[in-house]
Amino acid sequence: MTNYTPTILAGRRLPNRWDGAALLLVMGLLIALVDVGRGTISTPIAAIQNTTIHLDPSYLPYYALRSTARMFAALFFSLLFTLTYATLAAKSRRAGMVLVPILDILQSVPILGFLTFTTVFFMGLFPGKVMGAELASVFVIFTSQAWNMAFSFYQSLTTLPNDLQEVSRSFRLSPWQKFWRLDVPFAMPGLVWNTMLSMSGGWFFVVASEAVTVGNTTFTLPGIGSYVATALREENLRAIFYAIIAMLVVILLYDQLIFRPLVAWSAKFRFETTAAITGPEPWMLKLLRRTQLFREIGETVNGAMRSVFRLRLSFAATRQVDESREPSRAVDALWFAAITLVAAYAGWKIIGFISGTLHWHDLGQAVLMGACTMLRVIVLMAVAAIIWVPVGVWLGLRPKATRIAQPIAQFLAAFPANLLFPPVVLLIVHYHLSADIWLTPLMLIGTQWYLLFNVIAGAAAFPGDMKEAVANFHIQGWLWWRKVMIPGILPYFITGAITASGGAWNASIVAEVASWGNHTLAAHGLGAYIAEATANGDTARVVLGVAVMSTFVITFNRILWRPLYAYATRRTTLG
Amino acid sequence: MDQNASQPLLTVRNCRQSYHKEASADLVVLDDVDLTLQEGEIVGLLGRSGSGKSTLLRIVSGLLKPTAGEVKWRGQPLHGPAAGVAMVFQSFALFPWLTVQENVELGLEALGVKKHEREERSEEAIDLIGLGGYDGAYPKELSGGMRQRVGLARALVVHPDLLLMDEPFSALDVLTAETLRTDLIDLWMDSKLPVKSILIVTHNIEEAVLMCDRILVFSSNPGRVAHELTVPFAHPRNRFDPAFRQLVDDIYGIMTRRAPKEVQAAPAAPPTGFATPLHPVSTNLMAGLLETLSSPPYDGRADLPALAAALQYEADELLPLGETLGMLGFAELEEGDLILTETGKRFAEAETEDRKEIFAAQLKAHVPLINAIRAVIDQRSNHRAAAVRFRDELEDHMSPEYAEETLRTVISWGRYAEIFEYDEEAQQFGLEEEDEEEA
Repeated sequence: MTNYTPTILAGRRLPNRWDGAALLLVMGLLIALVDVGRGTISTPIAAIQNTTIHLDPSYLPYYALRSTARMFAALFFSLLFTLTYATLAAKSRRAGMVLVPILDILQSVPILGFLTFTTVFFMGLFPGKVMGAELASVFVIFTSQAWNMAFSFYQSLTTLPNDLQEVSRSFRLSPWQKFWRLDVPFAMPGLVWNTMLSMSGGWFFVVASEAVTVGNTTFTLPGIGSYVATALREENLRAIFYAIIAMLVVILLYDQLIFRPLVAWSAKFRFETTAAITGPEPWMLKLLRRTQLFREIGETVNGAMRSVFRLRLSFAATRQVDESREPSRAVDALWFAAITLVAAYAGWKIIGFISGTLHWHDLGQAVLMGACTMLRVIVLMAVAAIIWVPVGVWLGLRPKATRIAQPIAQFLAAFPANLLFPPVVLLIVHYHLSADIWLTPLMLIGTQWYLLFNVIAGAAAFPGDMKEAVANFHIQGWLWWRKVMIPGILPYFITGAITASGGAWNASIVAEVASWGNHTLAAHGLGAYIAEATANGDTARVVLGVAVMSTFVITFNRILWRPLYAYATRRTTLG
Repeated sequence: MDQNASQPLLTVRNCRQSYHKEASADLVVLDDVDLTLQEGEIVGLLGRSGSGKSTLLRIVSGLLKPTAGEVKWRGQPLHGPAAGVAMVFQSFALFPWLTVQENVELGLEALGVKKHEREERSEEAIDLIGLGGYDGAYPKELSGGMRQRVGLARALVVHPDLLLMDEPFSALDVLTAETLRTDLIDLWMDSKLPVKSILIVTHNIEEAVLMCDRILVFSSNPGRVAHELTVPFAHPRNRFDPAFRQLVDDIYGIMTRRAPKEVQAAPAAPPTGFATPLHPVSTNLMAGLLETLSSPPYDGRADLPALAAALQYEADELLPLGETLGMLGFAELEEGDLILTETGKRFAEAETEDRKEIFAAQLKAHVPLINAIRAVIDQRSNHRAAAVRFRDELEDHMSPEYAEETLRTVISWGRYAEIFEYDEEAQQFGLEEEDEEEA
């Protein structure tokens, strides 16, 4: 399986003024959403959505279908966003200066932190209608998918091979033709990979965004997530078990029918000049490619799409590149001034919004809570590394074991861990354990698999001739780990670790607070802080919590992961 | 054919291309270049890498706007990629996700040609260029030679008046390249190519003499037309014809003639020697060539074309090597011959440690940059110096790419000669520990 650099590792390392402006803009935008939402509220929205969720398992297929539909709706919007936002960021230098840092901030914002804002916004737009709740839920899933997809597309667009760009220009392809002939195909493998990662991560948020309480707004949408929420409230362990089974089936279908065929298909677009050795064709892809009926359908769709891509749509003459032309400084200055103004306005709005209800000690408290959560994340990562690195290496060095373990780890990563919380919570309640300690592992249940998955991939990719050299010189024991294996898998390990730690921060919002019937367990941490503020509809504290968590995550990425990744790739590759 | 071609296909007048540098003077890539293309001729732009010949090709194609000068296509000023000009790329530049046929049809799609005609014309081009049967294949399934045939078919299918070729055969092995050349010339002679004129960029002297009616030899830094010559032989040409060999020899002579002598008339760059671009030639390669030169059959003197043939090198690879040996005082270049000096002979016969000493002495005598770096290291109390200051200084005199290459080269030479150490992680020069104690 190919490894792509996680988009979160690819940006700049040192924060600059753009990051500051971007953070202000993102937070300002969120507050504006709430403002708009509140402004349009005409009727009290407390009396909304009394969708009854039946715990009878015969309803589960329907609920699963609804959850899946939400996932795909979000995916559609994510693709739309990716193709437009990233294109604008890549093609316009000035737009890129703002859009790229904003994207970088957005992918560090805890996804469930968006929930408050989107709920208020969409419920405000569609008061009392199911539509509002559906859109709010879809939007949360969208926020879990869109950023890394857009980032991956942007990165592809900025690394287009020069010669193919010259071909496009010298054969005078129109911008529309070039977009579909060069830009999109070139970006396809990375985009498909990131889309699939997004979808795997997305199940977690599908589950989390179906039964939501923000202040006095509550909605319950038919789906697996609300089924579990209802089961929790009614202390029905059997129903939770049914939900887990249903989810397993959904993920299995998604994995077999979509994930694997799509990733295998996208290999066609990989930019390499030699035919690579590819794994076996997934059965679904084989079916689509070899069956007469599917072939014909495929050809028709393909033909229709191509004729759209072939349209010129613009008759602007392709211009020469003028390398001596410098961008106009006056326009740049105007642009900078405009951004500064908007960022300052956003900053002013944020201060106005927060200062009404909050004081400095609130910030102090949020940072303290952030430190608690950070400590959890660090300890968890260390524990996970101690467990999964030896296991992953053992599996990765044995091709047979790799073939079995790799898809399982991938599959488990897609499984929404929040479905597994109830049994753990039950144990904690039953044995009166400390929530501060025992809720912690929940944060990593879902994302530890990325660590395992990547370590296996790293060990499997360890060069054969180096393995022989190591055996030849009798390098064993601790020396083997220190000088051979750990450096060998380091880039892979970091790739997995950053995904896992990012996921842990995200999961803290649901993992630090858990309930079983009328028992509610809460650990000390920023996740619990945001979750409680969300439940109380305390928007100011949500903004503060989200801003602090984003800052923690960004700092973590910039100070730890990016330098480490840069170091690892520089030191552990030849040439 | 020449009589009725009263209007040239293309004219380039006083063309200059430079990159703007902050602070210091512009970097001139092309300087005062004139070029006229008539219908019915194949013209070659021959020069070393860095002579700006590829830049000129991009200006002619309309991809790049020259800093100054005038480009006219069929009498009209050129403002962008013109209809009637098609290009073949060194890297083939095929779209890996399109089949052979789809790649070939690309230019026609851009013109908005209807499906039926598109298929007809692409089929024709594919057959003409010997790709029949490969229509549905993807580029990665093809060999290098077949890929470049696709590149050719893609260019020919739009029926261009002018075919531009940017080192079209240099990424291919010798035999494949030869087949493609002869196939192309055969089609050209039989008037089967739907083109009126061909402009080829190459660094391969034999290729230029084999294919072109006219050759413009470029000098480097800045790129200028140093010489223009007509190839008087009829096709098909014979590489082993003494007249052919003589012409190749003459061009080697032209290309090894010291170009800087002309430049010195106008001292644009300060002649400190500090900022001489260095070719990235490894010390192993130098040692190998010196050993070869000192032993039979050369015994200290080699004819460059013969040496290139024996070592399976192209002029573009051998010339920088020869020039580097010349600069370091190991050998001399004289009218297409490479002659070993006394020092070169001593080096070839020495053992490893002695070689390092000889090399260090030659570096100190001939490469001011090495001395400058060592001087800065010695001045500092901690005996360390950041690489970035030297890179910045070099960039004042050359493009960032050349500056980087020069710095890399000097690092590798300095390490071999044990003049200094280099810490890649910190990007700093330093001294070996024992040296440090002495200093």
